[in-house]
Amino acid sequence: MSAGPRTPFENPVVEWVDQRLPIFTMINKEYGVFPTPKNFNYFWNFGAIAMFMLVTMIVTGITLAMHYAADTTVAFDKVEHIMRDVNYGWLLRYIHMNGASFFFIAVFVHIFRGMYYGSYKAPRELLWIFGVIIFLLMMATAFMGYVLPWGQMSFWGATVITNLFSAIPVVGTTIVEWLWGGFSVDNPTLNRFFALHYLLPFVIVGVVFLHVWALHVTGSNNPSGIEPKTEKDTLPFHPYYTMKDSFGLVVFITIYAVFVFFMPNALGHPDNYTPANPMVTPAHIVPEWYFLPFYAILRAINFDVGIPFTDIVFFEAKLGGVLAMFGSIVLVALMPFLDKHPVRSARYRPKYRIALLLFVLSVFVLGKIGGMPADAPLMHIGSFLLTTTHIAQLLTLYYFAFFLVILPYLSKREKALPMPESINDAVLQCKSGKCCEA
Amino acid sequence: MGAVAAGSVVWPFISQMNPAADTKALSTTEVDIASIAEGQAVTVMWRGKPVFIRHRTAKEIEEAKAVDVATLRDKQSDDQRFKTRPEILVVIGVCTHLGCIPLGQKTGEVKGDYNGWFCPCHGSAYDTSGRIRKGPAPKNLEVPSYSFISDTLIRIG
Repeated sequence: MSAGPRTPFENPVVEWVDQRLPIFTMINKEYGVFPTPKNFNYFWNFGAIAMFMLVTMIVTGITLAMHYAADTTVAFDKVEHIMRDVNYGWLLRYIHMNGASFFFIAVFVHIFRGMYYGSYKAPRELLWIFGVIIFLLMMATAFMGYVLPWGQMSFWGATVITNLFSAIPVVGTTIVEWLWGGFSVDNPTLNRFFALHYLLPFVIVGVVFLHVWALHVTGSNNPSGIEPKTEKDTLPFHPYYTMKDSFGLVVFITIYAVFVFFMPNALGHPDNYTPANPMVTPAHIVPEWYFLPFYAILRAINFDVGIPFTDIVFFEAKLGGVLAMFGSIVLVALMPFLDKHPVRSARYRPKYRIALLLFVLSVFVLGKIGGMPADAPLMHIGSFLLTTTHIAQLLTLYYFAFFLVILPYLSKREKALPMPESINDAVLQCKSGKCCEA
Repeated sequence: MGAVAAGSVVWPFISQMNPAADTKALSTTEVDIASIAEGQAVTVMWRGKPVFIRHRTAKEIEEAKAVDVATLRDKQSDDQRFKTRPEILVVIGVCTHLGCIPLGQKTGEVKGDYNGWFCPCHGSAYDTSGRIRKGPAPKNLEVPSYSFISDTLIRIG
C-alpha cells in the first residue's frame, strides 16, 4: 500500500497530510480511478450493501450494549427495558434485529452472484475462501447474538447448537461443558456469548479488509467472466460505481426500513418473548430463517452410517448430521477446486447454469423444510407415507452431488457457448440484441 | 522448552472456560419420593438439568423387561439400569440427541410410540425404561448416580 509517484493535491491541508501519510492517494487509487469492468449488473451491488450492513450492525450493537447486561437474572428484562424505557431503544433494537436478516440477505445474494458468474475461479480462489470465512464468522456471531435476549428460543437454540459438539467421539462431552462453563446452558454461557458477540464483528472487519485487499489485487469479475483487456473494457470506480452502488443501496435500505418500522417481528419467533425456562422445551424449536437450510441438512441424516446388516457403525446419526451440516459449508469454500471449467460465467455454460439454479431451488426448499416440524407427513403414496424428512434427504443428496459429482463432471465435459472477444464486445452484442440474458 | 512455555501460558486462558468451582459444588439433590403414587412422575432440578423420577406401574416394568436387548440401539437391560428398586425410575430428563427436554412427565403429554417419553425437537422416542427406541438420539436417557438414603428419600449425585 505504499504510494508510488504521487500527484499533488490542490487543497493544502489534504496535500500536507498526504505528503506524510498518502491516504488520499490510496483512496483515489482504490476507489476513485480504480479501473472497474464497465458491464456490472445490479448483482454487483451486494458487496457494498453487505459492507453497509456490517457497519450498521456494529453501530447499533455498540449502542445496545450500553443498556444491556449479560446476566440470566436480568438479561430478558434489560431487553424489555431497551424496548420500553431507553430513548429510541426500540428503534436501535429493531434495526439490529432485522439488520441480521438483511445482512444475511445481502450476503446470500453476494454468494449466489459469485457462483453464477464464476467469481470463485482463478485467480480469485483466496478471495472466495476469505468470503466463506466471513460467512462462517457471521453465522457464529448471529447465533450468539440470538442467545442474548434470554428468551425461550435463545435458550433452546443455544442448547441444541452447543450440543452439536457432543457428537464428537470421546471428547464431545468435555468440549460441551467447556463451551457452557457448567453442566447446562446457564449464566457462564450467556456471559461468554456476550463477550464473543462483541468481539467477532471486529474479527469480521479484519477478514473483510483482507477480502477487499485481495479483490483489489485481482480486480473484479464481471457478468461476462472475461478479464478486462483494454481501457475500452473498464470505467473508473468513481463516479460510475459509487453512483450505481448508492442507488442499489437506497433501494435495499427502503425495503429494510419497511421491516424495521412496519413489521419488525415478522422474521422472529414469538416464543422468544417468553423468558428462558430450562425445564420446558418449546413444542417447536426453529432457528432463525438464515440457518434453516443447514438445519434441514442436519435433521436429514437420521440414520447411522455403517455396513448394512451388521452392527458395524462408522458414525452414528447424530455425528453424521453434524458432519453433513458443517461439510455443506466447507464444500462452498472448496468450489474453486471442484469446478475446473475454464469458462467462468454461467451465461456461456448452459448445463452448469441449470445445475446451479436447481441447487438454489433445493436450498430454498431445504429452508422451507427446516422451518417445519421433524417428520411432518406430506402424503400417502400407496402404503408409503412421504414425510418432509424424505424430501430433505433427497435435496441433501443433490446438494452434495452438485459439488462432488456435477461440478467435477461438467469441468471435463461441458462445451461452452461461443464467447465474445472482450467485455466491450459482450456489451456491444447486448446492445444489438444478441445477448441471451442480463 | 518453547512449546512447554507457550502451552503453560495458553492453558489458563483455555481452562478458565471450564465449569468454575462454585458451579461444580452444586452436586447433590435429595428428593422425597413418598408422595409419588404408582403411575405418577415428578421432575426435579439437578445441576441445572431436569431429572425425571417415575413411579412405574407393574405393566410399565413388564414392558421394559420384555424387550429383546439385542434389538436396541443402546443395548442395556432394564435390570442393568435400575438395580435396587425397579419401580422407581430415575433418569436425566435431557434428550441424548441435542439436549431438549422430552415430553411425557405430565398427564396428557405425548409419550411417544413406546409409552415412555417423546422429544418434540427431532422426534426421538424413549420406552418405559428411558431407552432410545426411535429417532436420531444415539443413547438411552442417562441414569444419574443415586442412592436410597431411606425407604422414602433418594439422593441424586
